[in-house]
Amino acid sequence: MFTPPPTFSGFGLGLRKEHYRDFLETDVPVDFVEVISENFMVDGGQPRHILRRVRERHPVALHGVSMSIGSVDGLDRDYLRRLRTLADDIEPLFVSDHLSWSRFGGFNSHDLLPLPYTREALDLVCRHIDIAQGALDRAMLFENPSSYVAFADSEMTEWEFLAAMSRRTGCGLLLDVNNVYVSARNHGLDAHAFLRGIPADRVRQIHLAGHTEVTDLLIDTHDQPVCDDVWSLYAEAMSLLGPVATMIERDDAIPPLAELLDELAMARTIGQRAQHVAEAA
Amino acid sequence: MTLAELQRDFRDWLTTASADASQRLGPRSSFGMTVYQNNYRAQLVSVLEASYPQLHAWLGSELFLDAAISHIDRHPPHAWTLDAYGADFEATLRAMLPHNPDVHELAWIEWSLSESFVAPDAAGVSPEQLAQIDWDTARLQLSPSLRHRPAITNAAALWSALQQDVEVPESEMLDAPRALITWRQGYTCRLKQIDTDEYAALQSLHHDNRFASLCDELVARLGEDTGVTRAGELLASWIGAGVVTGVND
Repeated sequence: MFTPPPTFSGFGLGLRKEHYRDFLETDVPVDFVEVISENFMVDGGQPRHILRRVRERHPVALHGVSMSIGSVDGLDRDYLRRLRTLADDIEPLFVSDHLSWSRFGGFNSHDLLPLPYTREALDLVCRHIDIAQGALDRAMLFENPSSYVAFADSEMTEWEFLAAMSRRTGCGLLLDVNNVYVSARNHGLDAHAFLRGIPADRVRQIHLAGHTEVTDLLIDTHDQPVCDDVWSLYAEAMSLLGPVATMIERDDAIPPLAELLDELAMARTIGQRAQHVAEAA
Repeated sequence: MTLAELQRDFRDWLTTASADASQRLGPRSSFGMTVYQNNYRAQLVSVLEASYPQLHAWLGSELFLDAAISHIDRHPPHAWTLDAYGADFEATLRAMLPHNPDVHELAWIEWSLSESFVAPDAAGVSPEQLAQIDWDTARLQLSPSLRHRPAITNAAALWSALQQDVEVPESEMLDAPRALITWRQGYTCRLKQIDTDEYAALQSLHHDNRFASLCDELVARLGEDTGVTRAGELLASWIGAGVVTGVND
């Protein structure tokens, strides 16, 4: 049985190619960076070279989008082999992916599709996490996804599913606060109950991001600054969780690095203030 | 509904917009299902645009989008990496535009450059290594990033002009068949149009990578003096450009 990786208390950014030069040539004030694993699971060339150089300056978290942990197809052995090679090379802070599925019958949607929160899905996800953690020889983190549909078949809440999954497999959790907000709004759930329902001692990383509202539905677009409601939820999360690595995700409409560093400074201020208040209480 | 049934219906909804599949899923929000389908298709269009930027410019947005939609309908993605999705796009373009070899060759150039970009690293050949080689037994290692194909149009010139954002020449057939190669030199991807002699020499190395065999072939084709000289010129050019990345005896 694995146990979640050690706690790391710091503030980071997603490393995107628009900012490679900044990270390679200047001293960017972040405690860690996170990269999309699949972008570097390649045979050779400049991507791996750049990642190794960034790794010389900063701890790196590997964040995947293609493990498809909830697919009835099972896990892709070639994918796991490549991820293991990358992880052994980079010695990452965390290796994470999403509680979702992408593949069925050889088809790959390349999207983070929602699971029903059923006992059948929980058994399958736990089997796959055991396989993945064994193949990687390390505990992983799994992130709560944004979702735009909910299934009537679900037998438990998302946070109950996450708690059971973590308890049974020893994996850690990556809490995406924006995803909590998006899914709660889309499905009429209680975001505060979500935060109180997940096992605080299993959360190792927090994502913050922006979203877009389309016809009364919130879409997890990662192309906007973090909104005020999500900042409030983040403060609540930090008061409940204690020291947790926090990062800003931006994958589209990527602004100059200075803007993201301003947003990260806000996370630092809110997060540290929330923890001081919690410690004093 | 089992998890397998749910995932089958979700796939059918994404790939065929099957209303039956969507209804069986019984989501509380039908608009949410539309969001997933839009995300699926928009992401694949974006990936094709990112993989084929100069072809996109050459065809124009409307025709490129038609081709992308046709490709998405015929070729749902299968690979674990989204980066692989554009691999068969040239085949879709051949079906849509069978009389436009410039388009086919432009597509090949862009895809081959993207493959070369992340191909395995190779160390290259140092002058010290060359000085110690026994050329009678030497074997040449081609770069793992090397890709090649015959060419009948000026697609290389088109691509270069598009990529440099300068005036693009008229598309035209070449006066004689040639070939295209892409490879990576260090971390820089290269494209070159080569003549059929050099193409034949490169192809021969796939079957027999001994330098002596290359000399024999060129001597047979060009005569003793010219053949040996040509072999030496090609080898020097290939090593200098990183097309040949290893020489072992």
